[in-house]
Amino acid sequence: MDIDRLIFTFFNAEVAKQYLPQVLEGAWVTILLGLAVIGAGLAGGLLLAFLRSFRIRALNFFIVGFVDIMRALPPLVLIILFYYALPSIGVSLSAFAATWLALALVLAAFSEEIFWSGIASLPYGQVEASRSTGMSHTQTMIYIVLPQACKMMIAPLTNRVIATVKGTAYGSVAALNEILNQATSATSFAGNPTPLTLGAIGYLLIFIPVVVAGRMVEKRYGNARKRV
Amino acid sequence: MEPTFLQTFLNVDIMKEVGPYILTGLLTTLKLSALVIPLGMASGLLLALLGFVANNRLVRALLVVYIDFFRAFPPLVLLMFIYTGFPYLGIELTPLQAVALGFMLNNSSYFGEIFRAGLESVPHGQFEAARSTGLSAWQTLVHIAIPQAVRNVAPDLVSNMIEVVKLTTIASVVALPEMLYAARTAQSMLYNPTPIVFAAGVYLALLWPFVILLGRLEKRQRLRMGASF
Repeated sequence: MDIDRLIFTFFNAEVAKQYLPQVLEGAWVTILLGLAVIGAGLAGGLLLAFLRSFRIRALNFFIVGFVDIMRALPPLVLIILFYYALPSIGVSLSAFAATWLALALVLAAFSEEIFWSGIASLPYGQVEASRSTGMSHTQTMIYIVLPQACKMMIAPLTNRVIATVKGTAYGSVAALNEILNQATSATSFAGNPTPLTLGAIGYLLIFIPVVVAGRMVEKRYGNARKRV
Repeated sequence: MEPTFLQTFLNVDIMKEVGPYILTGLLTTLKLSALVIPLGMASGLLLALLGFVANNRLVRALLVVYIDFFRAFPPLVLLMFIYTGFPYLGIELTPLQAVALGFMLNNSSYFGEIFRAGLESVPHGQFEAARSTGLSAWQTLVHIAIPQAVRNVAPDLVSNMIEVVKLTTIASVVALPEMLYAARTAQSMLYNPTPIVFAAGVYLALLWPFVILLGRLEKRQRLRMGASF
């Protein structure tokens, strides 16, 4: 295989110039969706972990059940359920909404687990001590537990956020106009896979900084599992 | 008459009809997992060992680049790139070949990162002690370091295996007839979402026990590190 053919196929400047705007449009959707998923997912996870810290049996049963189900179901199955199955009972979600909801639920479940193990990793004496100074449970969580637990949570949270946000590409299955969908349709229009290369570069530009930042964070704060 | 919720989502007749078809898909999902998990683990372990024994900074830097590259590359995008991009070069891959290649590239980076952390968690004294008893460097790795490394990162390994099984659903996009593909085909033929609900139930039944096992492993590790609950 000669190098010219490789360049003509995957790095075709003419095709790239023509389809770059379309892929960029997709990148915008991917970024918006990603941010919406991160915001809702982390907020949901933190809320669930906070509720769980009250240790109300009946409530925790449902929280743990929800978390386990969302950890066990493939996100692509969830998206397809929301997008293709819900309309049958009159609930029509847009491709964006279906993908957002599915990924946000998954991220909420995984981050709940991370927040919870962060909370649980502190010696219980911390909670008892702060409660005995007269702080409420909520104050104890906000001022004592979470700031200390933060250090342990940040590396796994970064990894989970990356893993979930990469799932925005699943939106293409529901015909969401994100990067992958734009790139594949442009590829078939152009009869040349350069738009796919553009799409791949787009994803790498978005995610490599996050992956590298995650690695730095992990180095700085150490890893929870590491023992000497 | 308007169909009820149950007739729409959990239609028993449809379940009976498509059940065998979806279970055939399940078998493909299991076979696919049995192929890509060992492949990913073996290549990941190889990468981790390479980084661990190499004293060469360039080799280590290249490994980090490789791992970060594929951690940043969404697996579905990688699969589409391989499956729809390669034929333009005259390289025609079957769906299974494309999935196997994509999964190996993606999984080797994830498993590689886990094994690396595991190997680094083994205290240096273990290596010195093993070598001083007369074990060779290779024997030390195989009999002393790797077993401890695996134990230390067991929850991450289990977690990643669950992720890989869930990830096999993306093979449906390239028409590999695993369970999600079977369910979607059945759904579009019958105009009823029951097959998808059914498949979701099977995924849940398949993976929930492992999620619970993972929770226990994580808790045990937490307690070992001095957590309160």
